[in-house]
This record gives sequence, structure tokens and C-alpha cells, in this order.
Amino acid sequence: MKTTNILLAGVGGQGVLLASRILSEAALAAGLDIKQSEVHGMSQRGGSVMSHVRIGEEVHSPIVPEGECDILAGFEPLEGLRQAHAVKEGGVLLYSVDRINPSTVSAGFAQYPEDVEEQLKSFKCRTVAVPAVQYAEQVGNRRSANVVMVGVMSNFLEFSDDIWSQALTAAIPAKLLALNIAAFELGRKHI
Amino acid sequence: MKQVLSGNEAIARGAWEAGVSFAVAYPGTPSTEILETVAASYKDDIYSQWSPNEKTAMEVGFGASVAGARTLVTMKHVGVNVAADPLFTMAYTGVGGGLVLVCADDPNLHSSQNEQDNRNYAKFVKMPLIEPSDSQEAKDFMAFAFDLSEKYDTPVMLRTTTRISHSKSIVEFGDRREPNKIGDLERNARKYTMLPGFARPKHPIIEDKLKAIAKVGSESCPLNRIEMGDTSVGIITSGISYQYAKEAMPKASFLKLGLTYPFPAELVKEFASKVDKVIVVEELDPFLEEQATLAGIEVDNGKDLFPICGELDPVMVANRLAGKAMNAVAPAPDLPIRPPVLCPGCSHRGVFTILKKLKVFVAGDIGCYTLGALPPLESMHTCLCMGGSITMAHGIAKVMGETYDRKNKVVAIIGDSTFFHSGVTGLIDMIWNDGNAVVIIQDNRITAMTGGQENPGTGHDLSGIESPQIDMEKLVVALGVKPANVRVVNSYNLKEVEDVMKEELDKPSPSVVITKEPCVLQFRIKEEPYRVDADTCTGCKVCIKVGCIALSINDEGDEPKAEIAAEFCTGCSVCAQVCKFDAIVK
Ligand SMILES: Cc1ncc(C[n+]2csc(CCOP(=O)(O)OP(=O)(O)O)c2C)c(N)n1
Ligand code: SF4
Ligand code: SF4
Repeated sequence: MKTTNILLAGVGGQGVLLASRILSEAALAAGLDIKQSEVHGMSQRGGSVMSHVRIGEEVHSPIVPEGECDILAGFEPLEGLRQAHAVKEGGVLLYSVDRINPSTVSAGFAQYPEDVEEQLKSFKCRTVAVPAVQYAEQVGNRRSANVVMVGVMSNFLEFSDDIWSQALTAAIPAKLLALNIAAFELGRKHI
Repeated sequence: MKQVLSGNEAIARGAWEAGVSFAVAYPGTPSTEILETVAASYKDDIYSQWSPNEKTAMEVGFGASVAGARTLVTMKHVGVNVAADPLFTMAYTGVGGGLVLVCADDPNLHSSQNEQDNRNYAKFVKMPLIEPSDSQEAKDFMAFAFDLSEKYDTPVMLRTTTRISHSKSIVEFGDRREPNKIGDLERNARKYTMLPGFARPKHPIIEDKLKAIAKVGSESCPLNRIEMGDTSVGIITSGISYQYAKEAMPKASFLKLGLTYPFPAELVKEFASKVDKVIVVEELDPFLEEQATLAGIEVDNGKDLFPICGELDPVMVANRLAGKAMNAVAPAPDLPIRPPVLCPGCSHRGVFTILKKLKVFVAGDIGCYTLGALPPLESMHTCLCMGGSITMAHGIAKVMGETYDRKNKVVAIIGDSTFFHSGVTGLIDMIWNDGNAVVIIQDNRITAMTGGQENPGTGHDLSGIESPQIDMEKLVVALGVKPANVRVVNSYNLKEVEDVMKEELDKPSPSVVITKEPCVLQFRIKEEPYRVDADTCTGCKVCIKVGCIALSINDEGDEPKAEIAAEFCTGCSVCAQVCKFDAIVK
């Protein structure tokens, strides 16, 4: 079995790390090897955040080699674009359509690229736009947009419904579980 | 049982399994979660505490070891600089109960002020060094480290890097070893009282120990293993570099080292004799390579291939080691960067807004408030090390002499955790030596930068249990700051901050200005958001200069107007106070 390489890119505070945790739990439940890597620290303060998840029979490096990413989930379009070159030809690039201005843009030092979606689509991979915040609002919690993204990603990973349900239960506190399962389902049905 | 654990969580588990009963640390990325995990998951079996700084943590830990407990001490790489004084001499005394120092290096400075390679400390201190390369090893190596510490009567360093501490992988759990029995206190001055006469004979003993441990590393250490494969090239590596190299050249021959100091020269020689050529793959300094060369082993110059600066990554290693072609897709050009910023509503923002207006020179320190150095606030002019703000301000002010020119006046700014870490002695220095600078203590009631840890001023200990609280105002008065020069201000009241700062800047003796508004992120503070009244807003953009991401300029209408994103705004009012037209309202 070939290792599946996943990147999650977003903004501090968006729940990129919880999303990675759900993926890791799914791999563990499926009896696979897993390596996940992230850098936290200064990135918690609204900076770019990136997490690498690698799933396979035996995984060595916890970092996805650039150019070998199978699935990239951009939790924010600009952050997706920043990593888009890491996706291999024929890979999948999902992105949440909801923009968050970097401080450099809100302070007027830089422009948010107006053509961000066109640029995303110019890479040689399949792109999927996800109205993640809209879905999350449908289940009553904006903050579940991250779990919506995992739901969309689940279409590209060969885990059963049962594995996903085990993974969500392991990663999410009981009182928020039902709501997040609903968010996950909306994402899963997006494709 | 199997779980997906970060390296840090695995180290905590490994400490528990090794029979540790005492754990102490000062937080610092990427090491912080080790003690947090101990306190959360193993509190019934392990006493754990934060100390005010790494030196006190090391000494407290040493005390616990002298009393017989297996003891874990953790810190980030630069923390070892602070703790170095006790550590060096601990190599002489040796330990009671096993003592393992876990230090987490940060190649590429993801969240640090430098990228020193702490493996050099092992050699400098003369203590064994252990380097795990994933979470399972991080857990398993702890037990080995403690056994080694007790067997050879020495502190042991287990060194991780960000990619070990903050990467997750599957860990299989084991059982807990019986903790050491604690008996009556033993008096042994020859061992623990390092007078010259007692210390001198220890040095040759250390040298002998290192030779003995090098023999273990060469002959019988399960942490060092040869994985024979294709013999045209042999790769010597440790830590995360092993994973990258193994992925790049799965069929090559490897000497994977886990006990890297004292250098297992005999094993390396044996390995080198079996392969056509040897190359060392390691991050940062040529630590292993230099020792191999010194031992007379012929190795390729690894640092011709791999940089001394920054992190390795799997593509770089595959490319330079195995000649695999680099991916050719170029990143999207000219994207706006997304640097970390002070959170919307952060209690540090108002103070920097005023410091910028006053045009004073600001000697800064380390914490979230260091972000005040970045645009648009740009009002911090130095940041060297924890506690360095007050002392640097004192030195600068002494040279500048008496001045009424604000641009040559010096203000020090320091957080609460950093003040207790090493700002207190700096303030003593300034007072004792008749200094004159204004010290601002940004007491946001938490150690925010590292994710929200308690500190001596918060009234809680590591476990969140109520504890005595050090009273900052009384403390600075006791140190000799005139009571009239100790001012508590509301950091969200810009006028008050400005007035008090002006008064204190004009005084001829040291002043301490304290703010006490809590960190909005850690304490989840969110009040009714402000909004911009578009009819009153002139689009002057003054509000944007407070650097809050809730604020932006909307260019879509006929004229530009400020705009506030309600979901981010905490209602702190700082931008409303700088607006000259009262256009920002609730
Ligand atoms: C010697 C050393 N130890 C630890 C750290 C990690 N560190 C950076 S900032 C910080 C504490 C900041 O807390 P505080 O001073 O209260 O400021 P805040 O982040 O709350 O604004 C720590 C522990 C460091 N950089 N150097
Ligand atoms: S975490 Fe707290 S101290 Fe740090 S920037 Fe955010 S609000 Fe400010
Ligand atoms: S009041 Fe202004 S400065 Fe404060 S959080 Fe809201 S937008 Fe930001």
C-alpha cells in the first residue's frame, strides 16, 4: 500500500489540529501506521498553520514531501493557494471558500489576491470548493467548519463509515459530538 | 494498548513507565506539553510543578533526585542556557534518584530566538545524550535514560527537536516500574558539596564514566543499531534525520544512533568498515561528523550536502542524498504573508499604541507582546532573551544620561511570567545602581505565548490548584521602587496609559507601570463588538494602525471606509479611542 499524503493548511484558531487528529484516529482505528506533524507556537496568533498527515503501512517522515501531496485541504483559500504547489499531478485540492484577511491585508500593506479561486484551479489537480462555514452554520456552530472539511476529505480516503464514527468519537468531546457528526455528514455528502 | 501520541505526550508516558515520581519544568515551545501531560494524565503517581525559570527548575529537580526520586526536568533549548550553571556541576556530583533532562531544540526557529544545537551541551557538560526519532522511541528511551542515569551516577540529556516533540505517531504502552523507595536523608558531603577539594577528584571519574558509556554505546546499547543493506553507502544518523534518510534510501545501510554521546567510536568504525563510504545525515551542527572525524573515521563531508542552518526536510534529503529530482511546480507568486499578530482585543495593544505615540525607545522582552515589534505597531526596539528588557534598558539609559528628549528615553516592557522568570534580578540591578527607566509589566495573568500556563503571579499552580500569589506591587516596592512610582493602569484606557507614562518618564528615579488586564484568548473574553458608523467614518485609516485583524478598510463603495468583523471583535475599545471622529461605536 502506498502512503497517502495529506496537508491541512489554514489560519491559527480554525481547528486545523483537531481535523488532523480525526484523520489520525481514523488511521489508527483502521490498523494503519500514521505520522502527523504540525508546528504550533507563534502560529496560534492568527498566523498561517500547517499540518501534515501521512497514512500507510509503514511511514517514516512525519513531513509530506513537497510535490507528493495527495490531498490538500485549504481551510482558507489563500492558505490553500500558498501550499497548492505541493499537490501532485492528479491529486485533490479542497478549499473552504471563506476568506480571512491576513493582518498584512487588513492593515493595508498588501492586497488579498482577487483571483485566488482562479489561481487555485490553475494547478494540475482536481479542485473542490467547499462552503464550509455555510454548512457549519447549518448545524448551528461556525466553528465546526473544520469538521465539514474532514467530511469532504473522507470521500478521498478509503475508510468505512464505522471507522469515521470511531475517529470522531475519539477526537471530539462527547457534548459536541452530535453536532460535529452532522457537520461531518454535510461535508461527506458535498461530493 | 496503542495510541497516537505526540513526542511530548510519549515522553510523559515514558517518564511514568520509568517510575518517575517528580517532574519539574519552565514552559517553552516545543517542550511545554510534556509537563502538561504529566499533570493531566499521571498526577496520582507523579508530583509535578512549574518553576519560575529553568535554573530553579533544574535545582528543584536536583533536590528531588538527591532525596532519591527519579526526576524529570524539561525545558526548551534556550532554557538550558539559563539552567547551565547547576547542570555543569551536576555532572560532578552525580545523582541520587535518576535524573533526566529533556530539552527540546527548535531548528528553523519556529518559535524561538535562536537555533542553537543543544547536543553540544552534552559534550560540554560531559553527560550522556539520547536522541529519539519518533514517539515510540521517545517513550521507550526514557526508561533507558533513567537506568543509565542511576547506573553511571550522572544526569542524562534526552534531546528532541520540534519535529519529534510535535509530531504524532503510534505508541504501544508498557507498565510502570516501581518508583524508588524513599528512605531517610543521607548525608554525603563528598558527593554533593562541591568544594574544590571534593570536586577535583570527580573530574577524572567523569572522564572514566564517559569511556565506559561509550563502550556501552558501541557494544551493547539497544538504542544504537546497524541496519545493513546495500553496502555502497552507509548512512550514520539520529533523531528526525533518520526518518528522512530512511525514506529517501530505504535500501541503504544505516547506523542509527540513539545514544549519541559519548560517541560510540568503535561501533562507528565497525560500520564504516562494512560499507564503501560513510555519510552523516544530521540537522544543525556537524556534531556526529566532527566526532567521527576526530576518531579517525573517514566520512564524506555531510555539511557539503546538508545545511548547518535550518531544518532538513524529506525532499531535500531525498534530493541531495539519493539524487531524486526535486518537484518542479513553483509556488503561487507574491502572496501576502500571514504573520502571527496580537489577538483582537489583546491587552498589549493599547500600551504599544501609546508607546508608538510617545516615540520612546522600547527595550523589549519575550512573550506575545514581542509582536509589538512588527508593523503597524513597530514599537519594540530590542528583544534578546528572557528578562533582558529591564537590564538592557538600564544599560542604555546609563549611557544616554539625563535627557528630556523622549526619543532618547528608554522604556522596558516585560510580561508577568518573564518578570518572575528573570526580570526581578534585573530590576534589583537598576534600583541598586541608581538607574532610571520606566519598566512596564504587562501582567495579563498568564504565560500566554506558550499556550497559557500559570506563573507565580496567577494564584494557581501547574495543576490549577490555588496557590500563594506573589504580589507584584508589593514586591517592586520592597525592592526599592518608590511607592509613588508604582502605577497600576488600565491597559484599555489609552488616555490613562499616556498620562501615567508621561508622568513617570519625567521622574528622575525608576518607575514600574503595571497593567492587569487578562489575556483575552486564554480567558475567552468577548464583549459586545464595536461597529463602524459608515456615515461618520472619513476613511482616514488611523484605526488600522492599532493592528487588529478585526479591522479592515472596505474599498468597495465610493469612498474607503473602515469595517469591523463582528465575529473577531472582542469589544476592547482601543480602535474607538484612536478614532478622531467617533465613528467607531457599539
Ligand atoms: C529561556 C527561555 N525560556 C522559555 C522561553 C519560552 N517563552 C517564550 S515567551 C514565554 C513566556 C511569556 O509569558 P509572559 O511574559 O507572561 O508574556 P505573555 O506571552 O503572556 O504576553 C516563554 C516561556 C524562552 N523564549 N526562553
Ligand atoms: S494570546 Fe493573549 S497575550 Fe497573546 S496575543 Fe492573544 S490576547 Fe494577547
Ligand atoms: S474594539 Fe477595535 S481594536 Fe478592539 S477588538 Fe474590536 S476591532 Fe479590534
